[in-house]
Amino acid sequence: MGSKQTSRRELLKGGAALAGGLTLTSGAIAPALGQTHDHMAMGGAPNDYPMIMGSKELIEYGQRSHYVTSMRMAHPMGGRASPDAFGKVFHLASPLQDSVGVVTPSSLHYVATTRGSYMPDIDPAQHTLTIHGLVDRALTFTMEDLKRLPSVTRLQFIECAGNRHNGQQKTVQESHGMTSCAEWTGVLLSTLLKECGLKGSATWFVAEGAEEVKGASSMPIAKAMDDCVIAYGMNGEAIRPQNGFPLRILVPGFEGIFNTKYLRRIKVVDRYYMNYNDFGHLDRKPEEAALSFQIGPKSVITRPSGGQLLPGRGYYEISGLAWSGGGAIRTVEVSTDGGKKWNRAEIKATPQRMAHTRFGYMWNWDGNETEILSRCTDEIGQVQPTREQVAQYWNVPFERDYRVPGLDNSVMPWRIARDGSVTNGLA
Amino acid sequence: MGSLRLVTIALLLASPAFAQTYGVGRPTTAEELSRLDISIGPTGEELPPGHGTAKEGAQLFQRKGCVACHGKAGIGGGPAPALQSKKGQDVPIWERERILPLTAPFATTVWDYIHRAMPLGNEGTLTADEAYALTAYLLFVNKVIPEDEVLDKQSLPKVKMPIGDDYARLPAWKPGTPRLQGYPY
Repeated sequence: MGSKQTSRRELLKGGAALAGGLTLTSGAIAPALGQTHDHMAMGGAPNDYPMIMGSKELIEYGQRSHYVTSMRMAHPMGGRASPDAFGKVFHLASPLQDSVGVVTPSSLHYVATTRGSYMPDIDPAQHTLTIHGLVDRALTFTMEDLKRLPSVTRLQFIECAGNRHNGQQKTVQESHGMTSCAEWTGVLLSTLLKECGLKGSATWFVAEGAEEVKGASSMPIAKAMDDCVIAYGMNGEAIRPQNGFPLRILVPGFEGIFNTKYLRRIKVVDRYYMNYNDFGHLDRKPEEAALSFQIGPKSVITRPSGGQLLPGRGYYEISGLAWSGGGAIRTVEVSTDGGKKWNRAEIKATPQRMAHTRFGYMWNWDGNETEILSRCTDEIGQVQPTREQVAQYWNVPFERDYRVPGLDNSVMPWRIARDGSVTNGLA
Repeated sequence: MGSLRLVTIALLLASPAFAQTYGVGRPTTAEELSRLDISIGPTGEELPPGHGTAKEGAQLFQRKGCVACHGKAGIGGGPAPALQSKKGQDVPIWERERILPLTAPFATTVWDYIHRAMPLGNEGTLTADEAYALTAYLLFVNKVIPEDEVLDKQSLPKVKMPIGDDYARLPAWKPGTPRLQGYPY
C-alpha cells in the first residue's frame, strides 16, 4: 500500500550530488562519505544507509527525507489550471492519502485564491491592518501592534466550498483534498473590534486582502465577535505566503473563501455588501442560502483510499479525518460492509472545535470484495448524511449525480476489490 | 462573605483580561481611508464623482487591452473569462452563466470589481470615469441597460439587474446552531 515513490538515491550515487554541491535541492546526501564508511566497516557494526551531511541549509531550516514524495496537485475544480495562462494559481489539493495525525504541514496545506490570483510578496514591516466603518474610531495596526495583544492558538480546519466528491475522482486527494488543518496563532477579531468600539448598527463586516484582485467577503458581525482570529502564525512559524503571509483571518467552520488572506482591511457595515466574492453565495431558495456559510459534519477515510492497494487479507487500521463547521466532532462510525453495520471508531485525540479529528478502526479484511465508509456526528447533533438521505430530505428523486446542496458533506464510499485494489465507490 | 465577593469582583474588573481596550493601534487618517476604502456597497454611497457611457466604454475596452484576454465585446475565447452572456437576455437569470457579476442584484458589484481588480497588471489604476464607462459597456452588451444610459454615482445603484428581487436573503447566523433549523445534516 502506498503511493509510487521515485528514489533519487541512484541518481545521487552517480555523482549528481557532488556536481551540484551539497545543497538542499541535491538532497544533501554524501555518497562519497557513505562509500568510505562501507570500506571501513569491517568487523564492527556496518552502516545500513548512507549518511546525510550537515549543511548550513539543513542546520537553519530542515527538510523532509527525499524518500518522502507526497505533494500537492493542481485541482481541476472550476475548469481552471494552476498555474493558468497568466501564472496565477487557483486551486491546489492536499495529499490527504499520505496524511497522519490532524495537522497539515504548511507546505502541503491546500491553496485556493480569489478567482485565481497572484501571491503578493509582502514586507511585514510595511503591512498594516485597518479597521473602519461602523466603529467609534478607525484604527490601523502594524504587525508589531497585533503581537502586543492577547494571542490565541487554535487548531482549525479550512475547507473550500468546491470540495465536492464525484465518481470521476481516483484518489482522496482529488475527491477531498481541498481541506486542511493547521495550528493558527493570532488575535481574536473581537479584541480588535473592542479597541475600535463597535457601533450598535453594525451587522456585517467586509474582510479584504492585499493581493492584486483585493478579494473581499461579507460576514456576519456575530461571527466576528464569536471566534474569528486575525492570524499571523501557522504551525509554529509565520504563515506561509501561499496561505496569506503575513496576516489572514480565520473564520472557523465557514467556507474557505471567507478566510481572507493577505488581510489589509476590515470594514464594519450594516448590510451584506455584495462584494464580488459574495454574489456567488446567493441562492434562490432560503433553505439553500442557509447552507452556504457554515460547513456541515463531514468525514472521509484517507487510508485505505482510492489508488492504494491492500497487499493481502488480515488486519488494517482504517484511518480518516472528520470535521464540522458546527463545532467539535463527537463520534465517528465506520462501516466495512457497504453501510449495513456501523462500528464506533476510535477518536485519536480530544476533538477540537472546527478542527480535523483523526479516527481509526481496526479491520480484519477477509479478502472479499466490499465497501468501506465513514460517517460522523458533531457536538450539536448534526449527522453526516449519505447522498440518498439528503435527496430524501429535500424530497427529490435520487440519481447518481445528485448534487448535495451547500458544501458537499455526504458519505464517501471506497470499494475494495478481491485483489486488494481500492477505488472510488461512487464510480 | 459579601465584602469578599465585592473584592473578588473588583480584582476581576481591574485585571487586563476584563479591560475594555489596550490602547494599541493608531488612528487611521482620513487620507489613508480615502485611499484604502475601495468597497462599494449596494447603496453606492462610497462611489466617487464621475460618469461614463457604453460608447466610451467600448473604446476603453479596446484601448485598455481588455479585448486581448476577454475577447471582442467580452465574448470570450481568450485566456480570461467571457464577460458577455452567450445564453442571452431571454434565458432566466438563474439558468445563465455566472459571468461578470451579472447575477448580482446590484450593479455596484460590477463597478467595484472592475475598479479594484482590472486590468491585469495595472489593477486599481482606472479612473472613476473609466470604471463607469466600462461598467456601462459591459451592462449594455449584456442588455441590462441601453447604450445611451449615463452611469454615475446616482444612476449606477439604481440599475435594475436581471435577477431583480429573485434571490433569498441570507439567514441571521448564530454561534453553536445548525446550518439550517430542522436540517439534521
